[in-house]
Amino acid sequence: MGLFSRKHEPTPEERQRLEEAKSDPIHMRIRGIHKTYGDHHVLKGVGFDILRKQTNVVIGPSGSGKSVLMRQLIRLEKPDEGEILVDGTDFAKLDGMDLERVRRRMGMVFQASALFDSMSVFDNVAFPLVEHSTLSRKEIRERVMDRLEGLAIGHAAKKWPAELSGGMQRRVAVARATVLETDILIYDEPTTGLDPVTVRTVDELILETEEKLGVTSIVISHDMASVFRIADRITFLNFGEVVASAAPAQLLAELDPKTMDYVEASGVSEDILAARRK
Amino acid sequence: MTSDAQPATPAPAEKAPQEDPDRARSAAEEEEQTPSWAKEISEAIGVRLLSPLAELGMLSRMAWETLFWAVRPPYRLRLLIGSMEFIGVGSIFIVGLTGFFMGAVLGLQLVDGFRQFGAESQTGAVVGMAMSREIGPVFTALMVSSRAGSAITTELGSMRVSDQINALITMAVNPVQYLVVPRVLAGLLTVPLLTMLFNVVGMFGAYVVATGLLGIDPGVFLGRMQWLVDWKDVAQGLVKACIFGVVVTLIACRQGFFASGGAAGVGQATNRSVVHNAIAILALDYLITAIILGQGI
Ligand SMILES: Nc1ncnc2c1ncn2[C@@H]1O[C@H](COP(=O)(O)OP(=O)(O)O)[C@@H](O)[C@H]1O
Ligand SMILES: [Mg+2]
Repeated sequence: MGLFSRKHEPTPEERQRLEEAKSDPIHMRIRGIHKTYGDHHVLKGVGFDILRKQTNVVIGPSGSGKSVLMRQLIRLEKPDEGEILVDGTDFAKLDGMDLERVRRRMGMVFQASALFDSMSVFDNVAFPLVEHSTLSRKEIRERVMDRLEGLAIGHAAKKWPAELSGGMQRRVAVARATVLETDILIYDEPTTGLDPVTVRTVDELILETEEKLGVTSIVISHDMASVFRIADRITFLNFGEVVASAAPAQLLAELDPKTMDYVEASGVSEDILAARRK
Repeated sequence: MTSDAQPATPAPAEKAPQEDPDRARSAAEEEEQTPSWAKEISEAIGVRLLSPLAELGMLSRMAWETLFWAVRPPYRLRLLIGSMEFIGVGSIFIVGLTGFFMGAVLGLQLVDGFRQFGAESQTGAVVGMAMSREIGPVFTALMVSSRAGSAITTELGSMRVSDQINALITMAVNPVQYLVVPRVLAGLLTVPLLTMLFNVVGMFGAYVVATGLLGIDPGVFLGRMQWLVDWKDVAQGLVKACIFGVVVTLIACRQGFFASGGAAGVGQATNRSVVHNAIAILALDYLITAIILGQGI
């Protein structure tokens, strides 16, 4: 076992440290993240906090580096510089098994859901359990069906991803991303390409998941209307720099002209702007 | 109220002005230092010479990673069996069919050719030797590349561009171990078997044409074949088949794994996969043959 052991259970000390960390209202501390591709400096010292069990939204115009930032947060790529402190561990510098261990507590819902199209919905959601848990087949079945039914898609278990609507696919992706003991869930533009009605159900899905499972949500978005419906905290990213990071009301109150332009151009609903004018 | 929820999507339009100034500036700076014609020529030579080398480097890295992850648990036997079924069982029909016609036409040509100096009794021997040493492994590999290799590239490529490979990583599953290892192992195990099938069916095809249609004596055909072809010829073919099996699947996986640029990009990757495979098979075939025969290098 030892070296090759993959079914890692946290040691008692680790459990205790995690328990202690859970009372810290800040879940992730992101500090001075830099990322350069060739001579394109995309992230220029990004730093902000992710609040525990809240909806943390990162907004910004296209090309401002939101997806790049997300890839650093879940460590699909290693930042050139900077720290990502998750419960006291610097996730930015981890490697190998330690990296995998932290990663297993994070889930990612990709823009196009990224479900495995060679597997049924059930197998998609069961996948992380089959790979990483020691549960029996029956236990896996129960846990998967439980999660699917919790998200109101129990009836779709035997279907293929391609047979589902965009909104249902997001649900399955959320189920898959949370089936392990996930406590941070990242969504990359979860509402892009969906019709307005489905956008609302996805918004509800994010809030519902957060409440039921007690996860910390990080939502990357450029859909301002949706942002103001769900956000507990908004971080505004503009060309690789954090322009503002605050609660929605505060952000609106202290809006600088650049952000304001963006808010208006983004077609944020009239009543929010009205509220701001008051 | 939410009907205008998605106006901020014009990604390409917004990205362009942001990137262009940088490019323009660096290009201008370089031009000051070197005359443009010199730059163009050196770039053209550089691209021609370096891109195959870079590609070889990429493949070696992929080969190394595949080996690295192949020996590490978990061993996903079910995936291996699935890949063997897809690459091996799925290619039986096409390999058998092409093998038959290849043998048949060889029989036809050789009987016709050898007749000119009265050596048509040697047809069986020459078909047997050519099949087991060269035509069997090369044709089987080409067929596997165009049938299974292209499908592998398309599959992995669409997994790449739809973020499924990234999803694997975020779920703490190594994508090389999960996707590439079973396919390359399946190539290693099934291409030699398919080659033997090709040989047997091909020799049968030659036998049918030579003895049934062109009047060669069956006893002579088989006797000469047995006399000339020995286990070394078959072994030489199988060594090639093993190497081709690995190379074909590895190139197919590499092209799919690093595909980019949406559906069009996947199409281009599939195209490259088949072309690279054809070149690799024929070039390697010469190299391996020269090494085995100890001459021709
Ligand atoms: N892998 C990469 N290589 C080079 N440049 C990249 C890469 N990924 C993103 N970029 C560049 O980084 C910038 C930010 O991209 P991205 O994070 O996708 O923007 P968005 O905020 O719209 O998600 C873009 O200008 C893009 O061209
Ligand atoms: Mg993006």
